[in-house]
Amino acid sequence: MSGGLHTISVLVEDKPGVLTRVAGLFAARGFNIDSLAVGPTGDDHLSRMTIVVRVDRKPLEQVTKQLNKLVNVIKILELEPGEAVERELMLVKVRAGGETRQRVMEVATVFRANVVDVTRATLTLEVTGKPEKLEALLDLLRDFGIVELVRTGRVALARGDKGIRQRLRKAVGAEQIEEWTGGGV
Amino acid sequence: MKVTGAQALFKALEGEGVEVVFGIPGGAILPAYDPLIDSRVRHVLCRHEQGAGHAAEGYAWATGKVGVCMATSGPGGCNLVTALADAKMDSVPIVAITGQVPTPVVGNDAFQEADITGITMPITKHNMLVKSPDEVARSIREAFHIARTGRPGPVLVDLPKDVLIGETTWSWPETVDLPGYKPTTKGNLRQVRTAARMILESRRPVLYVGGGVIKAEASKELFALATEGRLPVVTTLMARGAFPDTHELALGMPGMHGAYTAVTAMQKADLLVALGARFDDRVTGQLATFAPHAKVIHVDIDPAEIGKNRAADVPIVGDARDVIAKLHTELRRLQEEHGGVPDRGEWLAQLLEWRERHPFRYEQSADGPLKPQFCIERLYEHAGDAIVVAGVGQHQMWASQLWRFEEPRTWINSGGLGTMGFAVPAALGAKVGRPDRRVIAIDGDGCFQMTAQELATSRTENVPFVTAIINNAHLGMVRQWQELFYEERYSQVYLSYDVPDYVKLAEAYGAVGLRAEHPDEVDAVIEKALSVEDRSVVIDFRVDAREMCFPMVPAGASNDDIVLGPEGLKPVKDPQEAPVA
Repeated sequence: MSGGLHTISVLVEDKPGVLTRVAGLFAARGFNIDSLAVGPTGDDHLSRMTIVVRVDRKPLEQVTKQLNKLVNVIKILELEPGEAVERELMLVKVRAGGETRQRVMEVATVFRANVVDVTRATLTLEVTGKPEKLEALLDLLRDFGIVELVRTGRVALARGDKGIRQRLRKAVGAEQIEEWTGGGV
Repeated sequence: MKVTGAQALFKALEGEGVEVVFGIPGGAILPAYDPLIDSRVRHVLCRHEQGAGHAAEGYAWATGKVGVCMATSGPGGCNLVTALADAKMDSVPIVAITGQVPTPVVGNDAFQEADITGITMPITKHNMLVKSPDEVARSIREAFHIARTGRPGPVLVDLPKDVLIGETTWSWPETVDLPGYKPTTKGNLRQVRTAARMILESRRPVLYVGGGVIKAEASKELFALATEGRLPVVTTLMARGAFPDTHELALGMPGMHGAYTAVTAMQKADLLVALGARFDDRVTGQLATFAPHAKVIHVDIDPAEIGKNRAADVPIVGDARDVIAKLHTELRRLQEEHGGVPDRGEWLAQLLEWRERHPFRYEQSADGPLKPQFCIERLYEHAGDAIVVAGVGQHQMWASQLWRFEEPRTWINSGGLGTMGFAVPAALGAKVGRPDRRVIAIDGDGCFQMTAQELATSRTENVPFVTAIINNAHLGMVRQWQELFYEERYSQVYLSYDVPDYVKLAEAYGAVGLRAEHPDEVDAVIEKALSVEDRSVVIDFRVDAREMCFPMVPAGASNDDIVLGPEGLKPVKDPQEAPVA
């Protein structure tokens, strides 16, 4: 399915099976999830998922409305790229033996990556940033040889002083729903 | 007070006002069947869990209350799957209670273990695996709340055996705390006013009434709105009975086998007021050419339905009863301001003319063969006030077409999922819920054989109803498609008239078996069937297998191309199913 990348933030109750329910809704409609990050929030009962999905606007609205119907889903927010802080963490193990080690270290410094593990043949770097920054770093590291890597997937927060629970307007479909219901959602 | 999880279950069911549970015991659910003995909740022992599930649905359809079914772990729960999926598609409020293997062995491939919450996730409104006896009462409370509120649907509660056996202190949660579940029920008045004005200004309005009107108990409000504005009404397969068919504004059922007038009225309308309806492909036909001139007011309690298939000009999220009542008030006020009901004489006259020109038609010659429609019409003449339950196929369409429903909850069938085998168990459930009413299952011979075992339940639980088998010896609707779209190459559709012998089968189940093969015999057989009150009756109507169901909009075709009879069909290959978008 073609379409743009969308970042959706989903506040859910921390209940067994909730990840399956959310992921299942995307799968049932044949959408590929680019990345999905989930973790606890400031409230013990709630978790927050950041889902990046490549999909057209109309099917996205439908899947978002279906997500809203899940009993364990508290709130959904679409994060526009310009209006959100987006970060991703990556650990990458790169070949860095002999004289290449110094060059890898230089690249790491430029990208403010930390060295978190060292062997005679490799360095493991930890780096945080926008996904584009990680891509740029990876592009350079490929010259040295990447042994393996892992990325967390994107996490994101909207800019500004409001939390997700105060932000109805930005949710996909929520603007419509608010109009239809007079804000009673 | 100390209670076991199983005792808590029944105290909770009693707290929810449950009168009856349809079920079958088994290993993991065993602890629940002991406190059942001391409970005031009635248990109807079904013969198959699928039957228990459909019976719970039939009960819910007929009464408006939450139907309850119960089964053991593994195969017990798996056999409920079809009924749960059916209830999800048709928004039927049921709660399924399943046993589960003890929590320490969950995930261990224990005997009769199945991950039933995993299996039923996409076919329930919600489900839950209860981990402690302390959670039993709250889980049941939440399950009933979710099943009956908002857009109703099935909820499954999975109870491991140790949770049923373990002890807890009884406490009944007075309130339900579900932060992520807050259905909108009150329609936005500003939107309602816009809608009322559109109705006032429309020249060719149609009220497109769906099952939501029945779920919301909004028939009275609908009647007031329709008659106030002199607005013609189509009632979908899910909404038959929401508006009286004998009323002059009633156009009947729209859709693939709908009345010509209902289908064509929507095609020519300048305004569709969709009330608790979801623009299903069986109603719209080819979506791109559906109701091309109509603006759309879409009222639904489920925001996900609005704009899903057809964009709405005026979307209103809310409970049908609340919104229709508000619409009625606003329309009355507007009409008073504008000198009464707008003149739509031309439109109403056109609808009347179509109705007279294109009624449902079939020919019953005096010397046979016996026509299925004739049997259904005679049943209606003898027992028009019955609750009618149908299976899925030609007989279902004929029953919906020809029966004239006067009130809601008198028509029960499987709409969205199209579940063959629905009728007999659902009729059982309906009769349990409405013992004061006559219940007639109009079934096909193919459908009947899928769930006929519940006739045993009918006998042993003393729940009598009539099953009229429209026996054409075939999977009739499939046969019809093969005749029309596969060049009469019949493949695996012949079942035979007399295997099984339905009269003998009925008698074996302790029911009365009757048969009519000739038009002359029909009235006498029906009279005999209706005279039996102490047990169920099965009528074997042996009908013409060649009879086809018309009108018909071939799948994927435009509703403008509705075909009135076999003579109107050009031979075409099986068209593609209507694409959703």
